[in-house]
Amino acid sequence: MSAILRGLSTVAAWLLALFWILPLAYAVWTAFHPSAYAAHFDPLAPVTLGNFRTAWAAAPFARYFLNTVALVAMILTAQLVVCTLAAYAFARFPFFGRQALFALVLVQLMIMPDVLLVENYRSMSELGLLDTITAIALPYMASAFGIFLLRQTFKTVPKELDEAARVEGAGPLQILWRVYVPLAKPVYVAYALVSVSYHWNNFLWPLIVTNSVETRPLTVGLQVFSSTDQGIDWSIITAATLMTSAPLLLTFLIFQRQIVQSFMRAGIR
Amino acid sequence: MPHEGTPSRRPVSEMIVEGSCSVKVITPPSRGEGREGGASGEGSLVPMRRLTITVQGWLLLLPAAVLLAAFTHFPAGATIWQSFFSTPKGDRAAVFIGLDNYRDMLDDPVFWRALANNAWYALGTIPVSIALALAMALWVNRRIAGRPFLRLAFFTPTVLPMIAVANIWLFFYTPGYGLLDQVLGAFGAPAHNWLGSRETVLACLMVVAVWKEAGFFMIFYLAALQQISPTLGEAAAIEGAKSWYFFRRVTFPLLMPTTLFVMVNAVINAFRLVDHIVVMTRGGPDNASTLLLYYIFDIGFKYWDTAYAATLTVVLLGILAAAALIQFAFVERRVHYQ
Repeated sequence: MSAILRGLSTVAAWLLALFWILPLAYAVWTAFHPSAYAAHFDPLAPVTLGNFRTAWAAAPFARYFLNTVALVAMILTAQLVVCTLAAYAFARFPFFGRQALFALVLVQLMIMPDVLLVENYRSMSELGLLDTITAIALPYMASAFGIFLLRQTFKTVPKELDEAARVEGAGPLQILWRVYVPLAKPVYVAYALVSVSYHWNNFLWPLIVTNSVETRPLTVGLQVFSSTDQGIDWSIITAATLMTSAPLLLTFLIFQRQIVQSFMRAGIR
Repeated sequence: MPHEGTPSRRPVSEMIVEGSCSVKVITPPSRGEGREGGASGEGSLVPMRRLTITVQGWLLLLPAAVLLAAFTHFPAGATIWQSFFSTPKGDRAAVFIGLDNYRDMLDDPVFWRALANNAWYALGTIPVSIALALAMALWVNRRIAGRPFLRLAFFTPTVLPMIAVANIWLFFYTPGYGLLDQVLGAFGAPAHNWLGSRETVLACLMVVAVWKEAGFFMIFYLAALQQISPTLGEAAAIEGAKSWYFFRRVTFPLLMPTTLFVMVNAVINAFRLVDHIVVMTRGGPDNASTLLLYYIFDIGFKYWDTAYAATLTVVLLGILAAAALIQFAFVERRVHYQ
């Protein structure tokens, strides 16, 4: 009996998986074939890269790529430094007001900068930062998620290691750098992956604060491209869409195992 | 109790859950630590040392505190403050108008439309994506034919930008031309403007959200399932427990903390993520797909009515806060911690 059930369940899993991959497969088909075949299936249809060439030439995608890479790098660097310091304080410094401050940090898990568009826009305008990559990055530099994740990790570091380093005369920052950070390496990798994929994909806030080719990240560039620069040539739009997601998608396909592990680790800790 | 004989490993994501509510659920390893802190090895702290620790702690925290205060706490407070003022126009400065913005909001049919849409959107996406995520995780966790492909298919939407996903689905839904209409057309159904009709537009957006999110939640369930000791299943099998019974009485309760964690995330996402609306419908037709944050975006950055946008944001902040409180207070009682 259970063999039949098992078989049925396998079939269901496959049906769902096929449905899940279908929109993507459809986009790949469209992007790699001439637009005459966009919605017309013919196994003999000629394969072409022309749509990608057209899309690449039609908008400054190279610049958008550069902007996104700069943005993601800026955010990640700042997050690693800021969250490491804060997590260390929360994990190992029983200072006055720690509980209350930690609760205040966790508020950001619920109320993310994504929601506070209007006031953050006002702040950026007063700081004179509108239409800069810094303005996109600033609200995300202190991440409650990162602080929380690293704090949990630092707490698992045996105190004996900490004390041994102290006996040898290391200061708090040296201990952090030599004891805690190396031990938390896998968590840093996991966090970095989550952060990079989040900010590579982020859209609404960058859409609001940027206004020029020099600052627009890929997501906003793609939207500008597909809504204005283009008629409705789906072949070219899907080509552009795949192009902008390609780096993340390829990284994922190559390092699938590690990435899934990392996401899992980020969820666990 | 089903969890009597469970292994000592703690369920996944419990720590996150524990931390986010920052009260009540304190697990053994963190308890002794937080209370005694530095006092453990050194006897009672000399006041001087205590001061040093506090100063060091605050200094380490300073960058994070400044950034969080500037871009989370301050704007949240400023939003509430601004909601009591009028929008400055030209040379007319903002004036205090008390609750007028709120009164306007209550009379604004679009606000109610957006709120109702968002409620349906949340109700439609959250249970479905959680159920699918759980099913996917159970499938991928057991020995099943083509497991790598299944995992890949389920998880891939998660790494794509929502904006790209929206473009792909926009094409998918194109009337007459997109895949959906082509498939339905093969069965003789007439072409339908899926995103252009008020009856179907919200459902279409829900499908996109579920498609994008289920694989992400699957990861958390997968992590949790791998923490459940296989000896549990073996023991149950020896005692002849049916697999459904085992799932209902053992697996599912053990996954409860994960479900709570995923649920909190799903609620936040239902109110936070509107990228696909910008691309696919712009809230139309006739506001049938306007969600709350999209309406805020519209009011704030298309009509530049910042005070009213702030008022709407207060509602959104209230919803997020309420969701957090209700879930922690209400769901926690049914979640068991080992």
